[in-house]
Amino acid sequence: MTLAVRIIPCLDVTQGRVVKGVNFTNLIDAGDPVEMAALYGAEGADELTFLDISASSSGRDTTLDVVRRTAEQVFIPLTVGGGIRTVQDVDRLLRAGADKVSINTAAITRPELIAEIADRFGSQVLVLSIDARRARTVSGFEVTTHGGRESANLDALEWVQRACALGIGEILLNSMDADGTRAGYDTGMIAAVRAVSKVPLIASGGAGGLEDFAAALDAGADALLAASVFHFGIHRISDVKSFLGAQSYPVRNSTSL
Amino acid sequence: MIAILDYGSGNLRSAQRAFATSGFDVVLTSDTKTAQEADGLVVPGVGAFAACMRGLDAIDGANIIRTRLSAERPTIGICIGMQILFSLGDENSQGQAHSGVGIWPGVVSKLSAEILPHMGWNTVETPKNTQLFAGVEDSSFYFVHSYAAKDGPGQMQTWSTYGERFVSAVEDGYMSATQFHPEKSGDAGLALIKNWSRSL
Repeated sequence: MTLAVRIIPCLDVTQGRVVKGVNFTNLIDAGDPVEMAALYGAEGADELTFLDISASSSGRDTTLDVVRRTAEQVFIPLTVGGGIRTVQDVDRLLRAGADKVSINTAAITRPELIAEIADRFGSQVLVLSIDARRARTVSGFEVTTHGGRESANLDALEWVQRACALGIGEILLNSMDADGTRAGYDTGMIAAVRAVSKVPLIASGGAGGLEDFAAALDAGADALLAASVFHFGIHRISDVKSFLGAQSYPVRNSTSL
Repeated sequence: MIAILDYGSGNLRSAQRAFATSGFDVVLTSDTKTAQEADGLVVPGVGAFAACMRGLDAIDGANIIRTRLSAERPTIGICIGMQILFSLGDENSQGQAHSGVGIWPGVVSKLSAEILPHMGWNTVETPKNTQLFAGVEDSSFYFVHSYAAKDGPGQMQTWSTYGERFVSAVEDGYMSATQFHPEKSGDAGLALIKNWSRSL
Protein backbone atom coordinates (compact mmCIF):
# COMPACT_ATOMS: atom_id res chain seq x y z
CA MET A 1 0.00 0.00 0.00
CA THR A 2 1.09 3.52 -0.51
CA LEU A 3 0.35 6.98 0.81
CA ALA A 4 -3.30 7.88 0.25
CA VAL A 5 -4.46 10.89 -1.72
CA ARG A 6 -5.82 13.51 0.68
CA ILE A 7 -9.24 15.09 0.14
CA ILE A 8 -9.44 18.42 1.99
CA PRO A 9 -12.58 20.54 2.37
CA CYS A 10 -11.86 24.24 2.96
CA LEU A 11 -14.08 26.42 5.14
CA ASP A 12 -13.96 30.21 4.91
CA VAL A 13 -14.56 31.49 8.42
CA THR A 14 -15.26 34.96 9.77
CA GLN A 15 -16.69 36.06 13.12
CA GLY A 16 -17.03 32.41 14.06
CA ARG A 17 -19.25 31.50 11.11
CA VAL A 18 -18.68 29.81 7.76
CA VAL A 19 -19.20 32.45 5.13
CA LYS A 20 -19.87 30.72 1.85
CA GLY A 21 -23.47 29.68 1.42
CA VAL A 22 -24.00 26.14 2.46
CA ASN A 23 -26.91 23.82 1.89
CA PHE A 24 -26.14 20.18 2.12
CA THR A 25 -28.40 19.17 4.92
CA ASN A 26 -31.10 20.68 7.05
CA LEU A 27 -30.10 18.55 10.01
CA ILE A 28 -27.37 20.82 11.23
CA ASP A 29 -26.67 24.51 11.58
CA ALA A 30 -24.56 24.50 8.43
CA GLY A 31 -23.02 27.86 9.19
CA ASP A 32 -21.19 26.65 12.28
CA PRO A 33 -17.58 25.77 11.43
CA VAL A 34 -17.18 23.33 14.32
CA GLU A 35 -20.26 21.34 13.33
CA MET A 36 -19.25 21.38 9.68
CA ALA A 37 -15.74 20.24 10.57
CA ALA A 38 -17.21 17.35 12.57
CA LEU A 39 -19.53 16.44 9.70
CA TYR A 40 -16.76 16.50 7.11
CA GLY A 41 -14.59 14.47 9.46
CA ALA A 42 -17.32 11.86 9.76
CA GLU A 43 -17.73 11.81 5.97
CA GLY A 44 -14.08 10.86 5.51
CA ALA A 45 -12.23 14.15 5.00
CA ASP A 46 -8.51 13.44 5.33
CA GLU A 47 -7.72 16.93 6.64
CA LEU A 48 -9.58 20.18 7.22
CA THR A 49 -8.61 23.71 6.31
CA PHE A 50 -10.02 26.86 7.89
CA LEU A 51 -9.35 30.09 6.07
CA ASP A 52 -9.87 33.01 8.44
CA ILE A 53 -11.12 35.92 6.36
CA SER A 54 -11.83 38.16 9.35
CA ALA A 55 -10.73 41.73 8.88
CA SER A 56 -10.46 42.53 12.60
CA SER A 57 -8.50 41.27 15.56
CA SER A 58 -11.71 40.42 17.39
CA GLY A 59 -12.60 38.23 14.42
CA ARG A 60 -9.24 36.49 14.77
CA ASP A 61 -9.83 35.85 18.47
CA THR A 62 -13.15 34.26 17.55
CA THR A 63 -11.31 32.03 15.08
CA LEU A 64 -8.94 30.92 17.83
CA ASP A 65 -11.98 29.81 19.78
CA VAL A 66 -13.35 27.96 16.73
CA VAL A 67 -9.98 26.20 16.32
CA ARG A 68 -9.99 25.29 20.00
CA ARG A 69 -13.48 23.80 19.89
CA THR A 70 -12.80 21.96 16.63
CA ALA A 71 -9.60 20.40 17.95
CA GLU A 72 -11.52 19.12 20.94
CA GLN A 73 -13.84 16.96 18.89
CA VAL A 74 -12.41 16.38 15.41
CA PHE A 75 -9.39 14.09 15.44
CA ILE A 76 -7.97 14.71 11.97
CA PRO A 77 -5.37 17.30 10.97
CA LEU A 78 -6.47 20.93 10.91
CA THR A 79 -4.73 23.66 8.91
CA VAL A 80 -5.55 27.30 9.61
CA GLY A 81 -4.70 30.19 7.32
CA GLY A 82 -5.50 33.87 6.98
CA GLY A 83 -3.90 36.91 8.56
CA ILE A 84 -0.84 35.13 9.97
CA ARG A 85 2.04 37.63 10.10
CA THR A 86 4.31 36.61 12.96
CA VAL A 87 5.81 33.63 14.77
CA GLN A 88 3.55 34.59 17.71
CA ASP A 89 0.46 34.25 15.49
CA VAL A 90 1.60 30.72 14.63
CA ASP A 91 2.28 29.87 18.27
CA ARG A 92 -1.22 31.00 19.28
CA LEU A 93 -2.87 28.88 16.57
CA LEU A 94 -0.82 25.77 17.36
CA ARG A 95 -1.55 26.11 21.05
CA ALA A 96 -5.25 26.50 20.26
CA GLY A 97 -5.14 23.15 18.44
CA ALA A 98 -4.14 23.79 14.82
CA ASP A 99 -1.69 21.25 13.39
CA LYS A 100 -0.50 23.37 10.50
CA VAL A 101 -0.73 27.00 9.43
CA SER A 102 -0.83 28.42 5.93
CA ILE A 103 0.76 31.75 5.12
CA ASN A 104 0.37 33.78 1.99
CA THR A 105 0.68 37.58 1.78
CA ALA A 106 2.92 37.92 4.84
CA ALA A 107 5.48 35.59 3.24
CA ILE A 108 5.46 37.63 0.04
CA THR A 109 5.95 40.84 2.01
CA ARG A 110 8.65 39.36 4.21
CA PRO A 111 10.00 35.97 3.01
CA GLU A 112 12.20 35.55 6.12
CA LEU A 113 8.97 34.76 8.00
CA ILE A 114 9.12 31.31 6.37
CA ALA A 115 12.50 30.52 7.89
CA GLU A 116 11.49 31.99 11.25
CA ILE A 117 8.43 29.74 11.50
CA ALA A 118 10.26 26.66 10.20
CA ASP A 119 13.14 27.15 12.65
CA ARG A 120 10.82 27.46 15.60
CA PHE A 121 8.16 24.83 14.85
CA GLY A 122 9.59 22.73 12.00
CA SER A 123 8.78 22.87 8.30
CA GLN A 124 5.99 20.34 8.70
CA VAL A 125 3.67 22.95 10.28
CA LEU A 126 4.10 25.41 7.43
CA VAL A 127 1.96 25.45 4.30
CA LEU A 128 2.77 28.11 1.71
CA SER A 129 -0.49 29.23 0.12
CA ILE A 130 -0.03 30.68 -3.36
CA ASP A 131 -2.77 32.47 -5.31
CA ALA A 132 -1.43 32.23 -8.85
CA ARG A 133 -2.73 32.94 -12.34
CA ARG A 134 -1.53 32.67 -15.90
CA ALA A 135 0.40 35.77 -16.99
CA ARG A 136 3.29 36.91 -19.14
CA THR A 137 6.03 36.18 -16.65
CA VAL A 138 9.13 34.02 -17.16
CA SER A 139 7.27 30.80 -16.39
CA GLY A 140 3.84 31.93 -17.58
CA PHE A 141 2.45 31.99 -14.01
CA GLU A 142 2.44 34.90 -11.57
CA VAL A 143 1.63 35.32 -7.90
CA THR A 144 -1.30 37.55 -6.95
CA THR A 145 -2.53 39.14 -3.74
CA HIS A 146 -5.88 40.47 -2.53
CA GLY A 147 -7.82 37.46 -3.77
CA GLY A 148 -6.33 37.61 -7.24
CA ARG A 149 -7.09 41.28 -7.82
CA GLU A 150 -3.51 42.50 -7.67
CA SER A 151 -0.27 41.24 -9.13
CA ALA A 152 2.54 40.62 -6.64
CA ASN A 153 5.06 41.14 -9.48
CA LEU A 154 6.47 37.74 -8.65
CA ASP A 155 6.94 34.76 -10.94
CA ALA A 156 5.10 31.81 -9.40
CA LEU A 157 7.75 29.16 -10.07
CA GLU A 158 10.57 31.39 -8.82
CA TRP A 159 8.55 32.01 -5.66
CA VAL A 160 7.95 28.28 -5.13
CA GLN A 161 11.65 27.51 -5.40
CA ARG A 162 12.65 30.34 -3.10
CA ALA A 163 10.04 29.36 -0.49
CA CYS A 164 11.13 25.72 -0.61
CA ALA A 165 14.72 26.80 0.06
CA LEU A 166 13.50 28.88 3.04
CA GLY A 167 11.82 25.84 4.59
CA ILE A 168 8.14 25.37 3.74
CA GLY A 169 6.70 21.90 4.35
CA GLU A 170 3.90 21.95 1.82
CA ILE A 171 2.39 24.04 -1.00
CA LEU A 172 -1.26 24.99 -1.38
CA LEU A 173 -1.56 26.06 -5.01
CA ASN A 174 -4.72 28.00 -5.73
CA SER A 175 -5.51 28.90 -9.33
CA MET A 176 -7.12 32.34 -9.44
CA ASP A 177 -8.16 31.66 -13.05
CA ALA A 178 -10.00 28.45 -12.15
CA ASP A 179 -11.22 29.46 -8.68
CA GLY A 180 -14.97 29.28 -8.44
CA THR A 181 -15.47 28.19 -12.06
CA ARG A 182 -15.93 24.46 -11.38
CA ALA A 183 -14.27 23.99 -14.80
CA GLY A 184 -11.41 21.88 -13.46
CA TYR A 185 -8.11 22.46 -11.68
CA ASP A 186 -5.37 24.21 -13.69
CA THR A 187 -3.42 21.04 -14.43
CA GLY A 188 -0.75 22.86 -16.41
CA MET A 189 0.06 25.00 -13.41
CA ILE A 190 0.04 21.99 -11.06
CA ALA A 191 2.51 20.16 -13.32
CA ALA A 192 4.74 23.22 -13.56
CA VAL A 193 4.90 23.66 -9.76
CA ARG A 194 5.38 19.92 -9.22
CA ALA A 195 8.37 19.99 -11.55
CA VAL A 196 10.26 22.56 -9.44
CA SER A 197 9.34 21.41 -5.89
CA LYS A 198 9.87 18.37 -3.67
CA VAL A 199 7.33 19.03 -0.93
CA PRO A 200 3.70 17.82 -0.92
CA LEU A 201 1.46 19.79 -3.27
CA ILE A 202 -2.22 20.55 -2.60
CA ALA A 203 -4.24 21.56 -5.67
CA SER A 204 -6.96 24.15 -5.18
CA GLY A 205 -9.39 26.07 -7.37
CA GLY A 206 -11.70 24.80 -10.07
CA ALA A 207 -12.93 21.43 -8.80
CA GLY A 208 -16.19 20.60 -10.58
CA GLY A 209 -16.70 17.12 -11.96
CA LEU A 210 -15.28 14.01 -10.32
CA GLU A 211 -12.85 13.56 -13.21
CA ASP A 212 -11.29 16.94 -12.28
CA PHE A 213 -9.92 15.41 -9.07
CA ALA A 214 -8.25 12.59 -11.03
CA ALA A 215 -6.79 15.04 -13.54
CA ALA A 216 -5.13 17.06 -10.75
CA LEU A 217 -3.56 13.89 -9.35
CA ASP A 218 -2.30 12.92 -12.81
CA ALA A 219 -0.72 16.38 -13.08
CA GLY A 220 1.24 15.76 -9.88
CA ALA A 221 -0.92 16.89 -6.94
CA ASP A 222 -0.64 14.93 -3.67
CA ALA A 223 -3.80 16.35 -2.14
CA LEU A 224 -6.99 17.97 -3.41
CA LEU A 225 -8.70 20.90 -1.76
CA ALA A 226 -12.21 22.03 -2.63
CA ALA A 227 -14.85 24.25 -1.09
CA SER A 228 -18.01 24.94 -3.04
CA VAL A 229 -18.55 21.45 -4.52
CA PHE A 230 -18.65 20.10 -0.98
CA HIS A 231 -20.51 22.99 0.66
CA PHE A 232 -23.22 22.99 -2.01
CA GLY A 233 -23.56 19.23 -1.84
CA ILE A 234 -22.56 18.68 -5.48
CA HIS A 235 -20.27 15.89 -4.32
CA ARG A 236 -19.87 14.20 -1.01
CA ILE A 237 -16.33 13.45 0.07
CA SER A 238 -17.18 9.75 -0.08
CA ASP A 239 -18.26 10.18 -3.75
CA VAL A 240 -14.86 11.62 -4.64
CA LYS A 241 -13.08 8.82 -2.80
CA SER A 242 -15.21 6.09 -4.38
CA PHE A 243 -14.58 7.54 -7.83
CA LEU A 244 -10.83 7.77 -7.30
CA GLY A 245 -10.65 4.39 -5.58
CA ALA A 246 -12.45 2.71 -8.49
CA GLN A 247 -9.72 4.07 -10.77
CA SER A 248 -7.00 2.65 -8.51
CA TYR A 249 -5.87 5.92 -6.95
CA PRO A 250 -4.92 5.21 -3.33
CA VAL A 251 -7.63 6.56 -1.02
CA ARG A 252 -8.20 6.11 2.69
CA ASN A 253 -11.22 4.03 3.46
CA SER A 254 -12.47 5.55 6.69
CA THR A 255 -15.65 3.49 6.85
CA SER A 256 -13.86 0.24 7.67
CA LEU A 257 -14.43 0.58 11.41
CA MET B 1 -4.43 9.08 35.15
CA ILE B 2 -2.56 9.67 31.87
CA ALA B 3 0.11 12.38 31.77
CA ILE B 4 1.18 14.07 28.54
CA LEU B 5 4.72 15.35 28.84
CA ASP B 6 4.73 19.08 28.12
CA TYR B 7 8.25 20.19 27.25
CA GLY B 8 7.88 22.80 24.51
CA SER B 9 5.41 24.59 22.32
CA GLY B 10 3.14 22.81 19.90
CA ASN B 11 -0.30 21.28 19.65
CA LEU B 12 -0.87 19.15 22.75
CA ARG B 13 -4.55 20.04 23.07
CA SER B 14 -5.79 17.46 20.59
CA ALA B 15 -3.56 14.79 22.15
CA GLN B 16 -5.08 15.60 25.52
CA ARG B 17 -8.62 15.31 24.17
CA ALA B 18 -7.90 12.18 22.15
CA PHE B 19 -6.37 10.32 25.11
CA ALA B 20 -9.28 11.49 27.28
CA THR B 21 -11.63 9.44 25.05
CA SER B 22 -10.09 6.37 26.73
CA GLY B 23 -11.95 7.36 29.91
CA PHE B 24 -8.80 8.25 31.86
CA ASP B 25 -8.17 11.71 33.30
CA VAL B 26 -5.48 13.38 31.19
CA VAL B 27 -3.12 16.12 32.37
CA LEU B 28 -0.42 18.10 30.57
CA THR B 29 2.62 18.21 32.82
CA SER B 30 6.32 18.94 32.95
CA ASP B 31 6.52 17.92 36.60
CA THR B 32 8.87 14.97 37.22
CA LYS B 33 6.85 13.32 39.97
CA THR B 34 3.53 13.60 38.13
CA ALA B 35 5.07 12.23 34.94
CA GLN B 36 6.83 9.38 36.76
CA GLU B 37 3.82 8.24 38.73
CA ALA B 38 1.01 8.58 36.19
CA ASP B 39 -0.60 5.30 35.13
CA GLY B 40 0.39 6.12 31.57
CA LEU B 41 2.80 8.67 30.08
CA VAL B 42 2.60 10.10 26.56
CA VAL B 43 5.79 11.57 25.09
CA PRO B 44 4.69 13.77 22.18
CA GLY B 45 7.10 15.11 19.58
CA VAL B 46 8.14 18.74 19.53
CA GLY B 47 10.08 20.15 16.57
CA ALA B 48 13.23 18.53 15.22
CA PHE B 49 15.20 15.69 16.87
CA ALA B 50 17.83 17.87 18.57
CA ALA B 51 15.28 20.48 19.69
CA CYS B 52 13.13 17.70 21.07
CA MET B 53 16.07 16.27 23.07
CA ARG B 54 16.93 19.75 24.38
CA GLY B 55 13.35 20.19 25.59
CA LEU B 56 13.37 16.73 27.13
CA ASP B 57 16.72 17.32 28.85
CA ALA B 58 15.42 20.55 30.37
CA ILE B 59 12.87 18.57 32.38
CA ASP B 60 15.07 15.48 32.89
CA GLY B 61 12.75 13.59 30.54
CA ALA B 62 15.10 10.70 29.74
CA ASN B 63 15.32 9.90 33.43
CA ILE B 64 11.53 10.05 33.74
CA ILE B 65 11.16 7.53 30.89
CA ARG B 66 13.80 5.14 32.28
CA THR B 67 12.40 5.33 35.80
CA ARG B 68 8.95 4.47 34.50
CA LEU B 69 10.30 1.50 32.56
CA SER B 70 12.01 0.04 35.59
CA ALA B 71 8.84 0.62 37.61
CA GLU B 72 6.85 -1.21 34.88
CA ARG B 73 4.66 1.79 34.06
CA PRO B 74 3.50 2.11 30.43
CA THR B 75 4.88 4.93 28.27
CA ILE B 76 4.13 5.74 24.63
CA GLY B 77 6.17 8.01 22.33
CA ILE B 78 4.54 9.73 19.37
CA CYS B 79 6.27 10.91 16.16
CA ILE B 80 9.53 12.64 17.22
CA GLY B 81 8.62 11.33 20.68
CA MET B 82 9.19 7.86 19.17
CA GLN B 83 12.35 8.84 17.29
CA ILE B 84 14.17 10.11 20.38
CA LEU B 85 13.73 6.69 22.04
CA PHE B 86 16.39 5.36 19.65
CA SER B 87 20.15 5.78 20.20
CA LEU B 88 20.88 8.30 17.48
CA GLY B 89 19.21 10.77 15.15
CA ASP B 90 20.92 12.37 12.18
CA GLU B 91 18.38 15.17 11.52
CA ASN B 92 20.35 18.40 10.80
CA SER B 93 23.37 16.74 12.38
CA GLN B 94 26.09 17.66 9.84
CA GLY B 95 27.64 14.21 10.09
CA GLN B 96 27.69 13.97 13.89
CA ALA B 97 24.43 12.23 14.85
CA HIS B 98 22.54 13.52 17.89
CA SER B 99 22.16 11.23 20.88
CA GLY B 100 18.67 10.05 21.75
CA VAL B 101 17.35 8.53 24.97
CA GLY B 102 18.63 5.16 23.74
CA ILE B 103 15.89 2.80 24.91
CA TRP B 104 16.31 1.06 21.57
CA PRO B 105 19.50 0.74 19.46
CA GLY B 106 19.53 2.25 15.99
CA VAL B 107 19.73 5.44 13.99
CA VAL B 108 16.80 7.59 12.91
CA SER B 109 17.68 8.84 9.43
CA LYS B 110 16.13 10.64 6.47
CA LEU B 111 13.59 8.72 4.41
CA SER B 112 14.67 7.95 0.88
CA ALA B 113 11.69 9.42 -0.98
CA GLU B 114 11.17 11.89 -3.79
CA ILE B 115 8.66 14.08 -1.93
CA LEU B 116 9.20 14.93 1.76
CA PRO B 117 7.79 15.23 4.37
CA HIS B 118 5.88 11.94 4.27
CA MET B 119 2.57 13.65 4.94
CA GLY B 120 -0.80 11.98 5.07
CA TRP B 121 -2.57 8.67 5.67
CA ASN B 122 -0.66 5.43 5.21
CA THR B 123 -1.25 1.78 6.00
CA VAL B 124 0.65 -0.48 8.43
CA GLU B 125 1.99 -4.04 8.49
CA THR B 126 1.46 -5.19 12.05
CA PRO B 127 3.05 -8.15 13.82
CA LYS B 128 0.95 -11.13 14.84
CA ASN B 129 -0.30 -10.76 18.41
CA THR B 130 -0.30 -6.96 18.21
CA GLN B 131 -2.25 -5.43 21.06
CA LEU B 132 -1.84 -1.81 19.98
CA PHE B 133 -3.49 -2.36 16.59
CA ALA B 134 -6.12 -4.92 17.67
CA GLY B 135 -9.16 -4.33 15.44
CA VAL B 136 -7.49 -1.60 13.33
CA GLU B 137 -4.77 -3.63 11.60
CA ASP B 138 -6.18 -2.71 8.18
CA SER B 139 -6.70 1.01 8.90
CA SER B 140 -4.66 3.99 7.78
CA PHE B 141 -2.93 6.39 10.17
CA TYR B 142 -1.75 10.00 9.80
CA PHE B 143 1.98 10.59 9.36
CA VAL B 144 4.02 13.80 9.19
CA HIS B 145 7.77 13.22 9.19
CA SER B 146 10.89 13.13 7.03
CA TYR B 147 13.04 10.89 9.27
CA ALA B 148 12.44 7.36 10.53
CA ALA B 149 14.07 4.24 11.98
CA LYS B 150 14.82 1.78 9.19
CA ASP B 151 15.85 -1.17 11.39
CA GLY B 152 13.51 -2.62 13.96
CA PRO B 153 14.78 -2.63 17.54
CA GLY B 154 14.25 -6.39 17.64
CA GLN B 155 10.96 -6.30 19.49
CA MET B 156 7.39 -6.33 18.21
CA GLN B 157 7.41 -3.77 15.44
CA THR B 158 5.02 -2.48 12.80
CA TRP B 159 6.22 -1.38 9.39
CA SER B 160 5.03 1.14 6.81
CA THR B 161 6.41 2.07 3.42
CA TYR B 162 7.08 5.46 1.89
CA GLY B 163 9.97 5.45 -0.54
CA GLU B 164 11.37 2.70 1.67
CA ARG B 165 10.24 0.49 4.52
CA PHE B 166 10.47 2.01 7.99
CA VAL B 167 9.38 1.28 11.56
CA SER B 168 5.97 2.87 12.11
CA ALA B 169 5.29 1.49 15.59
CA VAL B 170 6.96 -0.50 18.36
CA GLU B 171 5.39 -2.57 21.14
CA ASP B 172 8.13 -3.47 23.60
CA GLY B 173 6.60 -4.38 26.92
CA TYR B 174 5.91 -1.21 28.88
CA MET B 175 7.44 0.95 26.12
CA SER B 176 5.35 1.66 23.02
CA ALA B 177 5.74 4.16 20.21
CA THR B 178 4.12 5.26 16.97
CA GLN B 179 5.74 7.25 14.18
CA PHE B 180 2.26 8.39 13.09
CA HIS B 181 -0.11 10.57 15.11
CA PRO B 182 -2.87 8.44 16.67
CA GLU B 183 -4.46 11.63 18.03
CA LYS B 184 -4.88 12.82 14.42
CA SER B 185 -5.85 9.48 12.90
CA GLY B 186 -9.60 9.67 13.33
CA ASP B 187 -11.49 6.64 14.67
CA ALA B 188 -8.60 4.26 13.99
CA GLY B 189 -6.29 6.42 16.07
CA LEU B 190 -8.78 6.61 18.93
CA ALA B 191 -9.12 2.80 18.83
CA LEU B 192 -5.34 2.47 19.10
CA ILE B 193 -5.28 4.87 22.04
CA LYS B 194 -7.99 2.82 23.73
CA ASN B 195 -5.98 -0.37 23.11
CA TRP B 196 -2.93 1.22 24.72
CA SER B 197 -4.96 2.49 27.68
CA ARG B 198 -6.03 -1.10 28.39
CA SER B 199 -2.43 -1.85 29.35
CA LEU B 200 -2.52 0.77 32.12
